[in-house]
Amino acid sequence: MSLVNEFTKGIIRENPLFVLVLGTCPALAITTSVNNGLGMGAAFTAVLLASNIVISALRKVIPDSIRIPSYIVIVAAFVTMIDLIMHAYTPALYKALGIYIPLIVVNCIILGRAEAFANKNGVGASIMDALGMGVGYTLALVVMSGIREILGAGTFFGIPVLGASASPALIMILPPGGFIAFGCILALMNKLQQKAS
Amino acid sequence: MNNQNNLLVVSSSPHVHSADSVQSAMRDVQIALIPALFVALYFFRFSAALVIVACVLSAVISEAATQKLMKKEVTVKDGSAVVTGLLLAFCLPPAISPWIAAIGAAVAIVLVKQFFGGLGCNIFNPALIGRAFLVAAWPVAMTTWVSPLDGITTATPLGIIKEGLQQELPSLGQMFLGNVGGCLGETSALALLLGGLYLIYKGHVDWRIPVSYIGSVFVLTAVIGAFQGQGLSYPVFHILAGGLFLGAFFMATDWVTSPITKKGRIIFGLGCGCLTVLIRLKGGYPEGVCYSILLMNTLTPLIDRYTKERVFGRVKKHA
Repeated sequence: MSLVNEFTKGIIRENPLFVLVLGTCPALAITTSVNNGLGMGAAFTAVLLASNIVISALRKVIPDSIRIPSYIVIVAAFVTMIDLIMHAYTPALYKALGIYIPLIVVNCIILGRAEAFANKNGVGASIMDALGMGVGYTLALVVMSGIREILGAGTFFGIPVLGASASPALIMILPPGGFIAFGCILALMNKLQQKAS
Repeated sequence: MNNQNNLLVVSSSPHVHSADSVQSAMRDVQIALIPALFVALYFFRFSAALVIVACVLSAVISEAATQKLMKKEVTVKDGSAVVTGLLLAFCLPPAISPWIAAIGAAVAIVLVKQFFGGLGCNIFNPALIGRAFLVAAWPVAMTTWVSPLDGITTATPLGIIKEGLQQELPSLGQMFLGNVGGCLGETSALALLLGGLYLIYKGHVDWRIPVSYIGSVFVLTAVIGAFQGQGLSYPVFHILAGGLFLGAFFMATDWVTSPITKKGRIIFGLGCGCLTVLIRLKGGYPEGVCYSILLMNTLTPLIDRYTKERVFGRVKKHA
């Protein structure tokens, strides 16, 4: 198994959001602008990378019967760091993401990768896995928030893209828009995967 | 449709026995909508025509396009897309721009009907979700009303009450005829009543839903009005105002999204009525017909299960 494969699988084949359908709660809640999507993706990737490294390094030390609490403690430590760093350096983004930064602790992708990958594989492979999953999740968030921001606010990264005469459909940056966009993308991904296989 | 005379009354689906087809049923609904259509064209003139054409065209085109893309049989000829387009147009403000109306019709057909499996598989009334989508997407355009004939910006009767505007309420007679501000097909209770009675006469619509719906609104507002010291004109105002007749005869009775048992239909109508009064008097919106029917749509499977008729030949269980 090559390290490159560990990296690329997370981007499309096993994309955490669109194929594994994990981490949907923040994906539905914060993808109202590309800025938020990218910020969430970066914070998530940093936590996943750090926790994957530590968990795979400690995989022979952690007793099997208490591995889940151990993972939670490790993940929570990194989330607290990210939380404080974002509070200090990106206050606007911190405010926009709100409760969803502390909630990375219970993000099922991070626990899923710890349980399914990091505790069975070496540090090198776990780093590649974390990077692949992180990039895949970030890409998914950017795609979703891009669609929602363009349709719902008429902007991309805050820059107006629709003409001044077009009034955007507000619903797309409201909660129903999140579900509508997510459902349509999932359907499209399923269709493409069926075609590919 | 004379199954009432037969010895064995089967009250579960399909509702349309006999030689009726989807096509003929949809044609009857279209016929029933004609009076309201003429009233809309008379009161709101060109802008109404524009919105109606945009909705119907968009509904038909998006149905055909989605079915083609999903490699299904294209069934626009059954007329159900036309009915959805018409009903959506009827619950839009007359001054809305046609492309917004067209998007609403496309959402109604693609998202609510085709994505759930096409005709007969949708869990919500497509036209109402189309409206709810547009209210959330373009709230300003969806709440800008014009008065009939002259096209001056005005408020709907329910809006006047909700906002406490210093504006005289239209007379009940004008509201019955439809000479008031409002969605283009909902203003005339008379025209909708004619169409609704035609549908009941043809057997496409069960009288239980409209009667229990309008009746519960009437009774509830009469009681509330009596407590506030208002006379009988208060409940009459409430059943004539807003989209109650349109909703009660044409939306709540949607064959797909309303219960199939007789008892269930009465529960459904009562639920719609109570929710409508609750939203009108206590909610944030002036009108609650759309959301109350959509909320009851979600309960339809439960109501059906709860009110299932006893199977013949079994001994009734003693409690």
